[in-house]
Amino acid sequence: MSRRAFEYLGLGLLGIVVFLWTMAPLYNMMIMSITPVNAIFAGKLWPENPTLGNYATVFRQDNHYLKFFWVQLGNSVFIAAASMVIVLAIATLASFAVGRLKLRYGPLVNNLALTTYLIPAAFLAIPFYQVMGAYKLLDTQWGLIFAVVTFTTPYAIWVLRNYADSVPFELDEAAMVDGASRWQIFRLVYVPLIRPAMIAVGTFALLHAWNEYLYAFLILSHETRVTLTVTLGLFRSDDSAPWPLLMAVGIIYSVPPTVLYFSVRKYMVTGLTSGGVKD
Amino acid sequence: MTAPAAAPRAPWLSSDAAWGLFFLFPYIVVFVLFVAYPIGYAVWLATDLKAYQRLFDDPIYWRTAWNTLVFLLIGVNLKMILALFLSGFFALPYLWVRILGAIFLLPWAVPHIPSIISIRWMLNSEWGMVNTLLFDLFRIDGPNWLTNPSYGLSAIIAVHIWKYLPFWTMILVAGRMAIPKDLYDAAAVDGATKWQRFRHVTFPQLKALFLTSTMLTTIWSLGDFNSVYLLTGGGPADRTNTLATMGIRYAFRQADFEAGIVTMVSAIPILIPLVILLTRRLSKAGGRQA
Repeated sequence: MSRRAFEYLGLGLLGIVVFLWTMAPLYNMMIMSITPVNAIFAGKLWPENPTLGNYATVFRQDNHYLKFFWVQLGNSVFIAAASMVIVLAIATLASFAVGRLKLRYGPLVNNLALTTYLIPAAFLAIPFYQVMGAYKLLDTQWGLIFAVVTFTTPYAIWVLRNYADSVPFELDEAAMVDGASRWQIFRLVYVPLIRPAMIAVGTFALLHAWNEYLYAFLILSHETRVTLTVTLGLFRSDDSAPWPLLMAVGIIYSVPPTVLYFSVRKYMVTGLTSGGVKD
Repeated sequence: MTAPAAAPRAPWLSSDAAWGLFFLFPYIVVFVLFVAYPIGYAVWLATDLKAYQRLFDDPIYWRTAWNTLVFLLIGVNLKMILALFLSGFFALPYLWVRILGAIFLLPWAVPHIPSIISIRWMLNSEWGMVNTLLFDLFRIDGPNWLTNPSYGLSAIIAVHIWKYLPFWTMILVAGRMAIPKDLYDAAAVDGATKWQRFRHVTFPQLKALFLTSTMLTTIWSLGDFNSVYLLTGGGPADRTNTLATMGIRYAFRQADFEAGIVTMVSAIPILIPLVILLTRRLSKAGGRQA
């Protein structure tokens, strides 16, 4: 066998290993979601009697764990949408101030935001929880929305600011010569030109809110106010819970963000490369 | 747009400083209410010296600190070396590699909670997929993945890598794509082997990005609550916790907020130097090349 064919074979094998490693947990989720609830302990690689009944059960909320499925899904949607709008508004305004206005304290604000972005959110959870208590925001959806806003806005500011560096300053100056106010420059020049980066950070905020678990389960407690992630986490420690239903919920919960992510992927790349990295 | 005749304006309207406050006001409010105040409060609570005593007397705390170190040293390094290696693979110009690249991003795009819970079930020693396969293929009875602390910590590291490897790989792929092609042409003229090309062209060009990424992921791995909490819950007997989960556990399970905060504070020797270094690197170049 030629050296080249041999190399290609090696690449193919690597590809197969990567594929199996990536897909195994997702495949497991999928087959569990179509396994009848009472057949889950068989440990099969493909269920004997695959069924979509679990999804029907979830949609009918026909299980003790899933009494509030639709309400909780709605909570997830509301919290994600509200977080996205607020993060976009605050970060777009702030990035304009930091990047386009000549401010003495501009670099300071920039570094404060950057530092906030670098501290892991889990490390602030305890004082954050107590402060939310003081603000009377515990067990309210606004409490969780503010948590998401707090931890995603710094990154959003940073990405928008870096992206805006590619927008020529001459445009601002030309508008200023025409007598435009700072607000008009912001609205008519700045916002339209940084739209691709806004799509990236808006998606980022939306996905972050949708996926948030730690703050959701700390801040929210009443079962009609929690997000679906909290309910999914509840199952975790209970081996007698109806796991196929849980996995059906997992699939339902995973599809929208995954589709969204892949449909705006090219913007996400813009955001990532202009704004460094976010894990 | 018709420009109004240069009417004299009130000076505050045209001053950048005043407008700056206007544009920054919402962010300043968020920062003061939700960042500055909680941090100040945490610092105040962390002055309680008795909490340190309680912590240092608790063997679970030392176990947790050790786990965190293992998690960072093995998890981060393994992940970044794999990412560096795989970024070479995913930078290849074949169609099938690019399709696989999109599939490879799935763990990153799919929410954390359902996928970790799925892995938790896969690792169930009696009916999980992993032990079923071990038995079907090799007739081996697989171990109790989640009820043995060493296996538990290994499983946590595996989950963490499964979730975050795609992201860092793609960052490094982007870094490789940005390397000027003529550097490789010159290396080819000199008759460089594959290894020499990596050693003398790719790696020097990628080094800064690789270092920044490694520091960033060290910080964020320190804060990876989900991979630990949702997989093992810190168990068995609290022996697979890391600082992030143990802090939460002290605060909310044992209602000892001071101990919880002090647990987090004990990560400061790792956290602060990294945050300072990164703030400098990232604010200077403001991007990947930092």
